[in-house]
Amino acid sequence: MPDRGPRGQRLFWPLLALPGTVWITLLFVAPLYVVLAVLFGGVDPILRQPVPVWDPLQWNFSQFDYVLGHIVGPDGFFGPALVRTAVYVALASGVCLLVAYPVAYYTARFAGRYRGVLLALLIAPFWISYMMRMLAWVNLLQNDGLVNRVLSLGGLYDVHVDWLDGRPVTVVLGLVYGYVPYMVLPLFAGLDRIPAAVQEAARDLGAGRFETFRRVTWPMSRTAVVVSLLVTTLPMLGDYYTNDLLSASPSTSMVGNLINNSVLTPGQTGQAGAFVMLVLLVSIIPMLIYVRATRSGVEVQS
Amino acid sequence: MTSVARTVAVPAAQTRRLGAWFRDPWRKPRILAGVTLLYIGWSLLPVAIAVLFSFNAGKSRTVWQGFSTRWYYGDPLRSVWHDPTLHSAVVHTLWLGLLATVITVPLGVAMALGLDRWRGRIPAGANAFVLISFVLPEILLAVALLFVATVLQTPLHLGTVGQVVGLVTYQLSYPVVIVRGRLLTIGKQYEEAAIDLGASPAGAVRRVLVKMLLPAIFASTVLVFADVIDDFVIVRYLSGGASTEPVSVKIYNTARAAPTPALNALATVLLVSSLLVVLLGFLAYRRFTRGERRSIDVFAGEA
Repeated sequence: MPDRGPRGQRLFWPLLALPGTVWITLLFVAPLYVVLAVLFGGVDPILRQPVPVWDPLQWNFSQFDYVLGHIVGPDGFFGPALVRTAVYVALASGVCLLVAYPVAYYTARFAGRYRGVLLALLIAPFWISYMMRMLAWVNLLQNDGLVNRVLSLGGLYDVHVDWLDGRPVTVVLGLVYGYVPYMVLPLFAGLDRIPAAVQEAARDLGAGRFETFRRVTWPMSRTAVVVSLLVTTLPMLGDYYTNDLLSASPSTSMVGNLINNSVLTPGQTGQAGAFVMLVLLVSIIPMLIYVRATRSGVEVQS
Repeated sequence: MTSVARTVAVPAAQTRRLGAWFRDPWRKPRILAGVTLLYIGWSLLPVAIAVLFSFNAGKSRTVWQGFSTRWYYGDPLRSVWHDPTLHSAVVHTLWLGLLATVITVPLGVAMALGLDRWRGRIPAGANAFVLISFVLPEILLAVALLFVATVLQTPLHLGTVGQVVGLVTYQLSYPVVIVRGRLLTIGKQYEEAAIDLGASPAGAVRRVLVKMLLPAIFASTVLVFADVIDDFVIVRYLSGGASTEPVSVKIYNTARAAPTPALNALATVLLVSSLLVVLLGFLAYRRFTRGERRSIDVFAGEA
């Protein structure tokens, strides 16, 4: 190309990527610094408005200390919610995996000519608003709702379970219901990539069902399992609405609820910032694992 | 190969036959099929019931009192059509979907093209942030942008502007991931041929690459739109009051406070528009990519 200098060409791709890169820097990376400035800033004594401090050398740690001081110890009213978050999210992710793995495995390997239909049905919840799906359960779990009526076998027994009255079971199952579609899809993609011939070879060579699963299928799907666990677990960490709709009781509140309750309360915005940073710190290593896993996955695909 | 396994396991009694059936490595996976069907029923039936009760003639969301469309249109005060707050929620939701999609898709496609060919630390970092925003708990971004809007004097205000900006930031990863996946399968040869034939890089992108990327661009448009109208966390924190509250926020606010089936009707309206967009998008996408396998996978947001 005699008429175009190599310099102009080299600048072309950066120019294309520039608007998006600037956008993500200004509106994703920079706002996280604003959270830090609010967290380590002060509070206007009269208006109860946050006063951010931009210079890290003048940061005021009192709000941060307040939150840390109330996680453990006798005044630790934040502690139980954090423990609850870990337990609920771990339980829900585990149940999600137990449910999603067989479903994804069946669809990837055995669905045959129903594969397209099954896949469409598995994707459908993905495109139904999360709030709609929770609303559906709020309706079913009412005192006179269908769940209690089915449990009472059409009026034979007197069942009055207040499902929506701050029950951990309801919240965990609600989380499972809400997030399991996000797990089925990456699992399906991963399991679909395992050649059926490998599994058949294992069986031809005398491995039973369990041996085949343990020594062939599971190891080959491990990356997909990790990715799918991350894709469900990380968003669950910030969930507060499932809890609000299915329990509405402080006895089941999670860290998302702590954020949501303090962010809209005047004078407590710094606390919300502290919890945001806490969730970010906890999730940063899993997120980097995710970035690595998907990157190598792309390389394998090509 | 089936006969080998069958001759090994010779069942005598009924129980042993069951055991042999279970152990037979070549039997049909009936248990798995059952689990899958149960799962699909469990994941879709509650929503189907909620849709059904949006047609209830009475005020109950748990007892069926006959079929009517009163919660959609008939009720002069509380139906989706006549209640101005429900009505405006639907309009605002679709408006947000349109605005956010129109900004996100071009921004994301250009970014994907640039990041794919630009080597170095900056693009690697930008790519990592895009991937992270894909799995980041949404509330973190929402709180951060809420602080920007309330603490700083910037053009980012609560209300439609803030909501659109937040949605674009959160959704940018969709077009980037999908278009980059497609770029991998296209390869570089077409655009190199165009440049060899005298096209400028910009011309090669415009006249060759963009045309070949059309299916991916189209798929991401559909996905972004459908995802934006279902969004909740960002649009709630960045809404500037009741007039900019979309459907999801309305559902959240009223679900536990003695709602009528009008709420179910509201959710159903959104459900139908979301599924229609995805269905139309999928059919069109299949026409685009005729002859290719796995066209549905892109619609899983998996690409």
